[in-house]
Amino acid sequence: MSFSDPTSERHPTDFAPGIEDVAEGDLARGIKSYLVGLGLATLLTVTSFFISGTTLVWGPSIPVALAVLAIAQMGVHLVFFLHIGTGPENVNNVMALAFGVLIVLLLLVGSLWIMSNMNRNMAPAAEMEAEAAPPPYVVGTLRLDGLGARLPAE
Amino acid sequence: MWGKLSWAAIPLDQPIPLVASGVVIAVVVSVLALVVLKGWFPYLWREWITSVDHKRIGIMYIVLAMVMLLRGFSDAIMMRSQQALAFQSEGYLPPEHYDQIFSAHGTLMIFFVAMPFVIGLMNFVVPLQLGVRDVAFPTLNSVGFWLTATGALLVNISLLVGEFARTGWLPFPPLSELTYSPGVGVDYYLWALEISGIGTLVAAINLVTTVLKLHAPGMTYMRMPMFCWTTLASNLLIVAAFPILTATLTMLVLDRYLGFHFFTNEAGGNMMMFVNLIWAWGHPEVYILVLPAFGVFSEVVSTFSGKPLFGYRSMVAATMVICILSFTVWLHHFFTMGAGADVNAIFGILSMIIAVPTGVKVFNWLFTMYGGRIVYATPMLWSIGFMVTFVIGGMTGVLLAVPPVDFVLHNSLFLVAHFHNVIIGGVLFGAFAGYTYWFPKAFGFRLHEGLGKASFWCWITGFYVAFMPLYVLGLMGMTRRMQHYDVAAWHPWLVIAAGGAAIILLGIGLQIAQLVVSIRRRHELRDETGDPWNGRSLEWATSSPPPVFNFAVLPRIEGEEAYWGMKERASKDVILGPEPSYRDIEMPRNSATGFVCAFFATIMGFSLIWHIWWLVGVAIVGAYATFVVFAWRDRDEYVILAESVARIDRANRRARRVMLGERELVS
Repeated sequence: MSFSDPTSERHPTDFAPGIEDVAEGDLARGIKSYLVGLGLATLLTVTSFFISGTTLVWGPSIPVALAVLAIAQMGVHLVFFLHIGTGPENVNNVMALAFGVLIVLLLLVGSLWIMSNMNRNMAPAAEMEAEAAPPPYVVGTLRLDGLGARLPAE
Repeated sequence: MWGKLSWAAIPLDQPIPLVASGVVIAVVVSVLALVVLKGWFPYLWREWITSVDHKRIGIMYIVLAMVMLLRGFSDAIMMRSQQALAFQSEGYLPPEHYDQIFSAHGTLMIFFVAMPFVIGLMNFVVPLQLGVRDVAFPTLNSVGFWLTATGALLVNISLLVGEFARTGWLPFPPLSELTYSPGVGVDYYLWALEISGIGTLVAAINLVTTVLKLHAPGMTYMRMPMFCWTTLASNLLIVAAFPILTATLTMLVLDRYLGFHFFTNEAGGNMMMFVNLIWAWGHPEVYILVLPAFGVFSEVVSTFSGKPLFGYRSMVAATMVICILSFTVWLHHFFTMGAGADVNAIFGILSMIIAVPTGVKVFNWLFTMYGGRIVYATPMLWSIGFMVTFVIGGMTGVLLAVPPVDFVLHNSLFLVAHFHNVIIGGVLFGAFAGYTYWFPKAFGFRLHEGLGKASFWCWITGFYVAFMPLYVLGLMGMTRRMQHYDVAAWHPWLVIAAGGAAIILLGIGLQIAQLVVSIRRRHELRDETGDPWNGRSLEWATSSPPPVFNFAVLPRIEGEEAYWGMKERASKDVILGPEPSYRDIEMPRNSATGFVCAFFATIMGFSLIWHIWWLVGVAIVGAYATFVVFAWRDRDEYVILAESVARIDRANRRARRVMLGERELVS
């Protein structure tokens, strides 16, 4: 198992950004980590707002850029505010985070899949017929909405 | 002033709930009178109600579960007798009352019997097994318990004031929407579960943190007893799943209270989303209940076979695989709701796959017993009864996981028989095994063996007599929740099922007798050493009942089966090892925060149900003020001096030395 032993000592060279050393009780360094986090988070937020309205970059790339910035924002929060890093005593937190992400994904993707599948299967009869591509004369005579309604005008 | 509440809320025209609640009130009042007259109240307040000791809280959880079991079982008896009588007649329960009974039965049994029972066992046992002094957040633990009790209280208030839901144990919309359920029944359900759901969530956060962060020196993850692993898995599931329940019920609350349209059948609501979300919680819930029971059986089977648990690592892996897979099968609860063949097939296959790790566990228990010197004590009988019964229930479950079969059996009594088969045979038998197994640890004396065995035989016989006919009835086409029926072929089977319920009633009576007799003969049944079953994990290394600090000196763990290893070394040297150097111990102070918060939560829930808005405000302010007072407390711990620790521990060491000496003489 890859779980860390909670009683084990951390090696002095094990150091990752955002990891606080409680034993030292160095207040200044703790605050510094939060300030760096705040700076990065602000920078990413400002960039997002800037990029959403700019014409400097190619239009369709804006949503992608926003998604990237949002993920980076989450990373900054996790590392500097929630202190989730790569240190050995952090294995639990990382696994808990992975578990949480997995469950949220299962729930979201599963629900979307199930509900969309049901919507397709249990659609009102008219929509089911439209999907099943009925013969042309039916479109012209029986259906008066959408496509059917426009046909006589042609 | 009092919202919807008026004297009309008391069902004066319905004799059955009126008499039942009269009896309940008489019992409660006489117990309170006894407590006050005997002067027990200060003791109860100091030692139990405000206690933050995980052992006391665990015991209170189990007491709550047992009291609610009596209420839930009386509902079951009423349903079984109604169906036995209601062949071509109306029976004695009018439909609107019968609907409340089956809704209350399911709600109580899952949320206020099974949940508190397993959480109580985990609370009591896990810190002892890990070799630590308390859970991670002792006061939060007390808050969790009292919020659960609030939920149970609200459900029971609905017996006398107003009504309970008539929608089944999961209130599916649109039936549960205001249009079709205008009464307060669904509101009672919603607020009871919103409040107790928060209690369950904080209990789980507490237990996850305890298992992950608090260990005696040397207790690594792969040395933890199996029960700690199943506790971890079960509570991870609670942390992941209960927010779904709370959020879904909150959406229904918004529909009913503020005119939203999440699940209505007009204005763009989608009631299928409710079914989807509630089962995304509901299926993990099944494993939340049964995983701790698996843990109990692992401990019991290993102890009474006198062998280490077979395949410990595969057991850990199976537990964690179930923990993940339980989130991938929820659609099998609504195969018939309209999803296409591809969706149904995937979820059907996943539902069959989840039976594999469970099968691994069953084989591990069997191999643990194989070649062991099995002692057929009561906890072991429950475990063997579980293995036989649960395998049958599991196989009918795999059957139901086949979508075409489910289309035939959905909503029939076959399904009812299946889930009672796994919940009674799995969760309840596990809870009873744990109750008998750890009772001497909690109170310092064993439960009466003869009465325990008699009760086991009544329960298991009663179970088969009550539920096997339901499988038959399901295949004959009888649907669940029928208040009366006209099919002659069903009648004899329902009469047999009612007979089974009567046998179970006898089993419950024997359990009550067992408790009374054991308390009276506690001196004969005394457990002097703290190790009545020749146990293998750390809870047996301390006295029975354990001192408030659990361990005078935190044990040092040098392998799997920590306490067994200590005993082996000790019996080799015929001494216990040198007396440790005792130190002062700091323990958390008791706190009334949990009780006072729950008091205000009860008022808040009740006034939300009856739309007494000013009282809601008062209760929220009260609960918040309690939290503020707690957060600003100055002293949170007290010190037990080293001398008292030494005095308490020396007495236990003396008893153990006598035990070791006796063993030496025998061998």
